Amino acid sequence: MTPRRKKTTYMIIGGLAGLGLAVGLVLYALKNNVSLYFTPTQVFNKEAPQGRSFRIGGLVETGSVKREGDGLTVHFNVSDTVKIMPVIYKGILPDLFKEGKGVVAQGKLEADNVFHAEEVLAKHDENYMPPEAKDALDKAAKAKAGAVSPVVPAPTSTGY
Amino acid sequence: MAINWFKYSAPTAFYGLAGKLVPWFAWSSAILFAIGLYISFFVAPTDATQSEAYRIMFIHVPTSILSMFIYLVMAFYAAVGLVFNTRLSSMMATALAPTGALFAFISLWTGAMWGKPMWGAWWVWDARLTSELILLFLYFGFIALHASIDDPRRADRAAALLAIVGSVNVPIIYFSVKWWNTLHQGSTIKFSGTSMHIAMQQALFTMLLACWTYSVAISLLRVRSIVLERERNTQWVAELEEVRS
Repeated sequence: MTPRRKKTTYMIIGGLAGLGLAVGLVLYALKNNVSLYFTPTQVFNKEAPQGRSFRIGGLVETGSVKREGDGLTVHFNVSDTVKIMPVIYKGILPDLFKEGKGVVAQGKLEADNVFHAEEVLAKHDENYMPPEAKDALDKAAKAKAGAVSPVVPAPTSTGY
Repeated sequence: MAINWFKYSAPTAFYGLAGKLVPWFAWSSAILFAIGLYISFFVAPTDATQSEAYRIMFIHVPTSILSMFIYLVMAFYAAVGLVFNTRLSSMMATALAPTGALFAFISLWTGAMWGKPMWGAWWVWDARLTSELILLFLYFGFIALHASIDDPRRADRAAALLAIVGSVNVPIIYFSVKWWNTLHQGSTIKFSGTSMHIAMQQALFTMLLACWTYSVAISLLRVRSIVLERERNTQWVAELEEVRS
């Protein structure tokens, strides 16, 4: 390569490395602002904004969903397996809203220590499988949790 | 016998080569789309959680992957054009931009259509969604900057700089679901393997190949037009059969 080409190459590589570092540091510093939601643990540690609307995310705790008489108001707990946050929401829930599944709710933490949600979004995972495979997996998980020696062998990850 | 690769870095030689390659890629794309869509709709099983709605990913995922991949290829060509001062690489970068922008747009559009029924929202200012939107704007910026400068060589250099700077965004899009809490789910296709049914994988990879061959065919077609436009005053263009007739 001619000296001029070499110089341009180094300038591009150096420029990109510098820019990448700068962007990386900025994004690292703004970590909390870039993230869409706070986990219940972060809320517990007072990392979430106080007296202002924010989003909370985690799993809907199994057995925690309770509907009020009007059929619209619903209570549930959002858990990150360490801390739980009680949530109250009045409105229509998305189809994928289920116990044990991911959820992101926007709202405010009120003085009663209950998160008053204005919007609830369902978060699904990156695993796709036919219903039969899901049943097999669920059965296997149940067997593993219940019996000492599982009746159904744990499925391997290949193919799914 | 060594192949003289540099022969095809001249627009004169590449114009002919591209013309020969276009039908191959175009036909492969058409066939792959037919097979891919058939597997997507009739062979791939219903998903346990999302039932039929998940099928939108067979267009959403390939276009998203390619919108990022095409950007990297475009930035690479732009950088080569900047370093070696080769006209053809800059023309390739220019030819790739509209296809990349189209894929980024389809990715956002199908994502919105998937998000409404599944998440419950058309749009969320999530790190993955926002960085993909920035990618679309980078494509628009590249196209607009290139079009706004009259001298094509100066336009190439200015737009190349934008393309290279913007390539920082691509790893951000890819890793966004890992680095931050996002509503968007993590990657299904990882370097360590995938977490989906085999027929779904086949549909996804066939659609990915179909979209890729489409983008190759259409950008080669486009680069041929760019070559003709930029070299319109030269002898070899005047002597071309399709120009003379």
